[in-house]
Amino acid sequence: MSLVLTEEQELLKETAAEFLREHAPVTHLRELRDCEDAVGFSKKLWKEMAALGWAGIPFEEAFGGADLGLAELGVVLEECGRTLAPYPFLSTVVMGGGVVAAAGSDAQKQAILPGVCAGDTILALAFQETGRFSPYAISTKAEAASGGFKLSGEKVFVFDGHVADHLIVAARTSGVAGDRDGLTLFLVDAGTEGCDVTRTNTIDSRNTARVQLSGVAVGSDAVLGEIGAGADLLDRTFDRATAALSAELVGISTEVFERTVTYLKTREQFGVLIGTFQALKHRAAEMFCQVELSQAVALDALRALDEDRPGTSRLVSAAKARCSDTASLVTCEGLQMHGGIGMTDEEEIGLFLKRAKVAELSLGDAAYHRDRFARLTGF
Amino acid sequence: MTTTDSSLEAFRQELTEWLQANCPASVLKGAEAQPTEAERNAWLEAFAGRGYTTPTWPKEYGGGGLSKEETKVLHQEVARTASYMPIVSFFGTAMLGPVLLEFANEEQKQEHLPKITRGEINWCQGYSEPGSGSDLASLQTRAVREGDQYLINGSKIWTTGADQADWIFCLVRTDTEVPKHDGISFILFDMHQPGVTISPIPLISGASDFCQVFFEDVKAEARNLVGTLNGGWTIAKRLLQHERQMLSAGPAAGDEGASRPKKGASAKPKAPKSMLAETARRYLTDQGEQLAEPALRDRIVQYELDSLCLGLSLKRSGQQARAGQGPGAATSMFKLYASELNKRRSEILMSVRGADGLGWSGDAFAPIDLFETRGWLRSKGNSIEGGTSEVQLNVIAKRVLGLPD
Ligand SMILES: Cc1cc2nc3c(=O)[nH]c(=O)nc-3n(C[C@H](O)[C@H](O)[C@H](O)COP(=O)(O)OP(=O)(O)OC[C@H]3O[C@@H](n4cnc5c(N)ncnc54)[C@H](O)[C@@H]3O)c2cc1C
Ligand SMILES: Cc1cc2nc3c(=O)[nH]c(=O)nc-3n(C[C@H](O)[C@H](O)[C@H](O)COP(=O)(O)OP(=O)(O)OC[C@H]3O[C@@H](n4cnc5c(N)ncnc54)[C@H](O)[C@@H]3O)c2cc1C
Repeated sequence: MSLVLTEEQELLKETAAEFLREHAPVTHLRELRDCEDAVGFSKKLWKEMAALGWAGIPFEEAFGGADLGLAELGVVLEECGRTLAPYPFLSTVVMGGGVVAAAGSDAQKQAILPGVCAGDTILALAFQETGRFSPYAISTKAEAASGGFKLSGEKVFVFDGHVADHLIVAARTSGVAGDRDGLTLFLVDAGTEGCDVTRTNTIDSRNTARVQLSGVAVGSDAVLGEIGAGADLLDRTFDRATAALSAELVGISTEVFERTVTYLKTREQFGVLIGTFQALKHRAAEMFCQVELSQAVALDALRALDEDRPGTSRLVSAAKARCSDTASLVTCEGLQMHGGIGMTDEEEIGLFLKRAKVAELSLGDAAYHRDRFARLTGF
Repeated sequence: MTTTDSSLEAFRQELTEWLQANCPASVLKGAEAQPTEAERNAWLEAFAGRGYTTPTWPKEYGGGGLSKEETKVLHQEVARTASYMPIVSFFGTAMLGPVLLEFANEEQKQEHLPKITRGEINWCQGYSEPGSGSDLASLQTRAVREGDQYLINGSKIWTTGADQADWIFCLVRTDTEVPKHDGISFILFDMHQPGVTISPIPLISGASDFCQVFFEDVKAEARNLVGTLNGGWTIAKRLLQHERQMLSAGPAAGDEGASRPKKGASAKPKAPKSMLAETARRYLTDQGEQLAEPALRDRIVQYELDSLCLGLSLKRSGQQARAGQGPGAATSMFKLYASELNKRRSEILMSVRGADGLGWSGDAFAPIDLFETRGWLRSKGNSIEGGTSEVQLNVIAKRVLGLPD
């Protein structure tokens, strides 16, 4: 079990770092925010990332993918965390594409995955209905209708929902909110009648939407996987997305940590560098320890998913809990150690703080995952 | 000044009559109509006219001349009668006013204190500079005497409300030849004059509470130098203690659902902050009526307990302080604890609300959620403004514990 990157992964990391620093530095996100860009990212740049093979990392070569693993995707996401690049890896590659690759029929895969790999198709998984993450708290109904189903309900916080070509909707074919049984996933064309998508403005200036489904009619060929057994697919997808998000959190933490250490070595007060104050030194050293722990567990969770190791879910929860706590610590400490400047919109620390908070609270926060870790450990 | 029980009752009696006669109908508790701008102003004018915006200040300077006990009665009766208590800028009432009472000459008191009470002048605080934050005493803004005036050159930064301010109380260097603490003076001057340039700085919360201010040959009347020439540091520190005392009385202390006394606040009532426990109840699960995650529940309880204890400690220290004795180094403890606690409160509110709390704008989110989330971002400045938490810890270690440098 290796806990360091392979040579190929190192190479990918360098390419990603270089590309993102040049084309999608933090100023890129700021520009998109300030001009209230309707998409929230550059479609042209996404095509370029796809051309580098990133959008197809986990998919089979037959569909235009690279047939690599989540570990490789994590490498790219970590670099995205370092520059706050707002690109649809989570929504389209990990979640949407992941569901289709795992449970789609040949026809569904053929219809969706080549577009994903080429950077032409955007997907969004519409599952969440409550404020706090709760995987099966789904009331959206899927009622049998002639030749298929009718979907009704409301989804919140759908990543990239406003630009998605296809939505993957988690709905109930039986049972009530909270039940693990009775969930089914549907592939829905975003333009279908009755499907109302509104973009929402979140603190990280990224892309989420509310989706209102009012009797959206879909054929039975829209079903992904087995009817009623959607929770298995969701579990798998959440685990993969949670691990990927942990990698992004590691990138955020590493970047803010490094910037803060640099600031401690530049800012002077009382005639000395503020890095000479032990009160700050010790906390910087503590942050270093936390970042190191996070890097190790995030990488191992991604590898465990690629290897389908037993006990992987527990490891994923460990990663998300640890990486969320670290990112929260490092962004708050980083801001504090910058003093007044840290509170300004102009200084980039605030942008990291905001994105870290969204990533921390998405797909279950540290408290959720510590609780899940305990349950999966048997207490 | 202490008050006997019977005279206190007489005061209460007289006060309730005055309130009935002077509080506009629309401001009375339970009134149907919202008060108009004119009614709000009338309420403020009547209230300030009796000196109640600065109840404990002497009457001769526009204050209410009330004892501590009478002030308590005032707060009780206003809370019982009116939907809100008029307030004027805290920069004047809680920070500048108290040091003027202690250090200013008679002429200065007569000129500035009544205007503070009536909220006529909006004040801002010119302390921090780009190169002088925690090391405040290294400040470089120069004041040079020319006839009856001082000419001021330099720049202040993070100046809250400078773009709304009429006057500034400012720390300036009046002697460059002596150790840094010994060449500072405390001076007041008009912000509406040529040579003053103000650029607002947007905060991470989206608001622009603070500004950078540039002074180019700006004039201050020599008679507005408070205390002695080059003796400003003593006044500066005293004012910081008053500021820290004020900042300690935030919503974290007791979490009464009251809004934090915002510096430079206007007389307009603000939306009350939601209570943490109340918000938590909104997110209970159906099963067992408990928040799903025990870890989160525990954080809330820890916060509630700490907030209760802080409220009690503040009360206790208020009772211990002998009459007439101002705040001391221990205010650093309360400032430290209250600001860290308020940050914790905001963090927990984010955790409890999940995706509901991640909104920045738009009607997809409830107004109260947007308000709390901006508040979470703003709360990060609590442990920086008024001296950082690290500076408070240094003050406690040095001045309270007597630990060596
Ligand atoms: C169980 C145990 C086993 C040990 N085994 C060995 C051994 O095998 N061989 C051996 O040679 N020694 C051994 N030691 C001694 C150990 O290395 C010393 O106790 C240790 O280095 C601290 O020194 P001190 O006791 O003189 O405390 P001090 O140095 O006086 O420290 C007192 C306190 O001040 C803090 N402090 C000191 N300097 C700083 C600083 N610059 N910044 C911030 N805080 C500071 C310390 O952390 C401590 O809390 C052992 C100690 C223990 C407890
Ligand atoms: C919201 C807000 C409102 C403000 N309003 C005003 C205002 O109205 N008027 C005004 O004059 N100022 C105002 N300030 C400025 C505030 O007082 C300063 O930001 C603060 O004193 C810190 O100074 P600095 O920003 O230069 O940070 P620095 O002093 O550069 O500090 C950077 C970091 O180093 C740490 N540090 C510095 N010295 C030490 C030490 N000796 N030991 C350990 N750690 C240390 C600090 O704690 C901080 O974490 C405001 C600030 C904020 C955030």
